[in-house]
Amino acid sequence: MSNIILEAQHIVKNFHDPVTVRVLNDVSFSIQKGEFVSVVGKSGCGKSTLLYILSTMDTDYEGELWIDGESMAQKKEAQLAKVRNEKIGFVFQFHYLLNEFSVLRNVMLPGLKLNKYSEKEVEQRAFEKLSMLDIQQLAHKKANQLSGGEKQRVAIARALINDPAIIMGDEPTGNLDKKNSDIVFDIFKSLAKDFNQTMLIVTHDQGFASKTHRIIEMEDGRIIKQ
Amino acid sequence: MNYLLIFNIAKSLLLARWKQTLVAAIGVTFSIAMFITLLGFMTGLNDLLDGLILNRTAHVRLFNEIKPNKNQPIDAVPEFKNYYNFVQSVKSSNSRQEIYNTGAIMQAIRKDERVLGFAPKITAPVFFNDGTVDITGVVNGIDVEAESKLFFFNDYVTSGSALDIKNVSNSIVLGKGLAGKLLANIGDVVQVTTAKGERFPLKVVGFFQSGIQEFDKVQSYASINTVQKLLGKPNSYITDIQIKLKNLAMAPTVAKEYAQLFQADAEDIQTANSQFETGSFVRTIISYSVGIVLLIVAGFGIYNILNMMIYEKMDSIAILKATGFSGKDVNRIFLLIALSIGFFGGLLGLFFGFILSSIIDQIPFNTASLPTIKTYPINYSPVFYFIGSSFSLITTYLAGLFPARKASRVDPVIIIRGK
Repeated sequence: MSNIILEAQHIVKNFHDPVTVRVLNDVSFSIQKGEFVSVVGKSGCGKSTLLYILSTMDTDYEGELWIDGESMAQKKEAQLAKVRNEKIGFVFQFHYLLNEFSVLRNVMLPGLKLNKYSEKEVEQRAFEKLSMLDIQQLAHKKANQLSGGEKQRVAIARALINDPAIIMGDEPTGNLDKKNSDIVFDIFKSLAKDFNQTMLIVTHDQGFASKTHRIIEMEDGRIIKQ
Repeated sequence: MNYLLIFNIAKSLLLARWKQTLVAAIGVTFSIAMFITLLGFMTGLNDLLDGLILNRTAHVRLFNEIKPNKNQPIDAVPEFKNYYNFVQSVKSSNSRQEIYNTGAIMQAIRKDERVLGFAPKITAPVFFNDGTVDITGVVNGIDVEAESKLFFFNDYVTSGSALDIKNVSNSIVLGKGLAGKLLANIGDVVQVTTAKGERFPLKVVGFFQSGIQEFDKVQSYASINTVQKLLGKPNSYITDIQIKLKNLAMAPTVAKEYAQLFQADAEDIQTANSQFETGSFVRTIISYSVGIVLLIVAGFGIYNILNMMIYEKMDSIAILKATGFSGKDVNRIFLLIALSIGFFGGLLGLFFGFILSSIIDQIPFNTASLPTIKTYPINYSPVFYFIGSSFSLITTYLAGLFPARKASRVDPVIIIRGK
């Protein structure tokens, strides 16, 4: 029963500037634990907007959102931040690493914020994640000394640090060349296969999507196939 | 709440842009240092100038003024009681300048808890005879020990010894200006004629310099006994009692009380020298406002730098928020950045302010009118350091408030979408 990690019910989203435009129209779907889901669709079909609503960062919508059995409707900004910290791991198109910190520290930040483990343990866990992605040798480099593919892998490690219920990706391979895209995809695949990690990835790369468990196809703010 | 983490992030952001941080901190340092130096110097000068008068002025002065009697006989007549009576050509009836019953009064004052000490005094107007020229002057009969203790008489005797007027009989300490007029040196004898016409030789044992030239041209000091002899008065003859209180602010009350109790005139320092307080007050206000303006300017510098930092760090703020830092956390990070600039800048400012003050304190400052002052005066009151440090924290906090709020309201969706 509570195998559902994420559930969206009748999500409606309007943009008001300059005129009211309906971007999402009655979107409902749910994701089971361990599923590897991709959302595809043309540019402007609302898939990124949907992801930001699901990620709890955008709160200006109608409809209901449940993450790990909890409704997000009544939560305050600080509580939503906690949910993001604990339950959701993010991988964006752009890596968003903090250049002031070392790679290791970047990976540790959400873990330190969670404050569940001691700093030593968080460091240990960050190392594990890095070596899982085969980049432990980069741990003590500054974030701005890495290549694009390496940065994206660090971002994945950062998404994994708190063992999130779900990983959300917004075009995680969009900025990468073929080789790095394949590496990143392989990482996602092994996360799904070996660690039973739930993942929701927004992409317009059909090749990428076709290799996931389930494809949600969107057009003009609606789900047309799932 | 994980304060250590927030502290660490703030520290990293600060150190990542250490040049900007340094500029902001130097702004605070500079203004605090100037604030401390300015106030120290101004207050030092204030104290010096006030001291010129206040040190030598009694908080309460008891004396008998020669004036017409307030109770004229016409007022006692029942018929004219309800009239306002004009009496022409009233003469002062009280010819005695001395305070009555001085022994008992002094005893009563000595017992008063509020009194720090008192010094009896006689003023006698005299002529100094120099060949055919008579120079008007005043001989003050003083108790040297009490006068030195309470009014720093010692400090103003520039040559010779103050104590000699007690130890050498019939001796006098002349004002520097007066001595110049009389061409008198230490060891010489000057001739003094009293108002009653008696002539008296006095031996010069020292010169004094008060800092007020007009004063030095007429004043001279001798022991109480010498002046009593000079005037041909008995041992109890005292014209003034100068009282110093433990608390200056009490002077008006004490003066009123003593005037009634001892049936004498009593003048408090506030009435006698009100202009000095006004002067110091205005000078203090000027120094505070200059210091605060400096701090506000530094505050705007911090505001600018924080604003710039927030625009530069939009991405970092967005990802911090995406990965679970709340708006409050981000707010705290930037406030902490502002406050640490204020704290470290302010701390350095206090240090440099102290150094600068000490340097000014070493600069020679010799003026003929201030014999005891050798260097520029500085007041090292910890109050300025306290005000300086609290102000640096308050201004940087206020400067950080708006940028921090702006940072806390950054919408990560807008930033991440923009890429």
